[in-house]
Amino acid sequence: MPDVGEGAVLAEHDAAVSGGLQRGAVPPFDAFPPHTRPEERPARRTLLDQIERLEGELSSLFVSTWPRKGFEFSVPSQGGPRMLLLSELEILRDDLAERVDHARRSLSDRTYVEERHRARIEEMLLDPSKHKWVRITNEDIGEPGCKHWHVRPRWGILGFLMNWWRVRISSGCPLARGADPH
Amino acid sequence: MTVAAPELERGWVDRELAEEFPALALWLMRVQARSGHSPEAVRRRLRQLSDRITGGHVIHMRQDPVPWAYRVFWRQIGIDPDTDRTPVEQIALDRLEWGGLRSRNLLDDALVIATFETGVPVIALDADKVGKAIGLRLTGDDERLGEAGRILSSRQIVVADEDRCLAVLSGEVSQDHGVRDSARNMVLCALQVKGVPEISIEEALWTVSDTLADGE
Repeated sequence: MPDVGEGAVLAEHDAAVSGGLQRGAVPPFDAFPPHTRPEERPARRTLLDQIERLEGELSSLFVSTWPRKGFEFSVPSQGGPRMLLLSELEILRDDLAERVDHARRSLSDRTYVEERHRARIEEMLLDPSKHKWVRITNEDIGEPGCKHWHVRPRWGILGFLMNWWRVRISSGCPLARGADPH
Repeated sequence: MTVAAPELERGWVDRELAEEFPALALWLMRVQARSGHSPEAVRRRLRQLSDRITGGHVIHMRQDPVPWAYRVFWRQIGIDPDTDRTPVEQIALDRLEWGGLRSRNLLDDALVIATFETGVPVIALDADKVGKAIGLRLTGDDERLGEAGRILSSRQIVVADEDRCLAVLSGEVSQDHGVRDSARNMVLCALQVKGVPEISIEEALWTVSDTLADGE
């Protein structure tokens, strides 16, 4: 338990806080001797700034990946809320950098595949018979919803035998059904 | 008789903490109010708030300046904000999970409304059970949360008065010092971090204060 300062210190604190928003806050006592050495301060400041920047990048990537699934954005906790040691800040910075890099590469790979799927949809629409039975969903092109493009024979077995193919575009997600009135 | 309007005070911040996070501040507002059942007006406001929260909104929330500032701070103090959410993100996720914001009591509802409207986390303490000088500091060895709460690990960031730890920064309030039904005076505490303007802090505290006043 920290030693509470003298009454005069508390009075000084009261005077400082009574001014409201314009005044700084004075600790009523020195809680515990500081653990961080003054020479650590610049390194700590740099690491905190790097963590802030990396968190910003991770947040941007998270938003960019929506609505895609299967990405990992979690970075292990350091057992907070507490003031981290310099070495812990370094580990956190490295973990964040690794996560950002991994997420960025995963997103890049995913968007490449999605672009290929988009191109394939165009090819399917131009010449369905070259893409028999191919089915591409919204998820495959990184879009939300249940829409899909499906190459199927026109008029069932007759189209299949006659090589008449077309692209069927679904009308989206099934509507929610209410309670059965019967 | 007129009751004086509550004033904002700035809590103290331990020197080491202030050097590490120069923009860190704890703002306090002492209010005379009591909790209890939320009136219909507050419950309606919760429902309106709930209607504004959509999946897309939650996804983009982490890029809004104030929620983002708390995410960064959470990260810097060793919390993974994707596991232990910041309060505003937790409210939004609860809304998605439960399909609405459930009314619990007047104080909790006021805290939810203020936190979601402003992005600023606010906690409430029983003013009659805490000391005069409230602020932020790091814990020492074998300190407890409140008088008889769990033992806190060393160098945790806590809301404290002259004698004891009152709440952990991530939101856990000591059972001995939290607001109960019998409480008549409260201290509202709002955490300010780098990137959060003072106007947001003021708005958060006033929102809680006004909601409590409207509910009486």
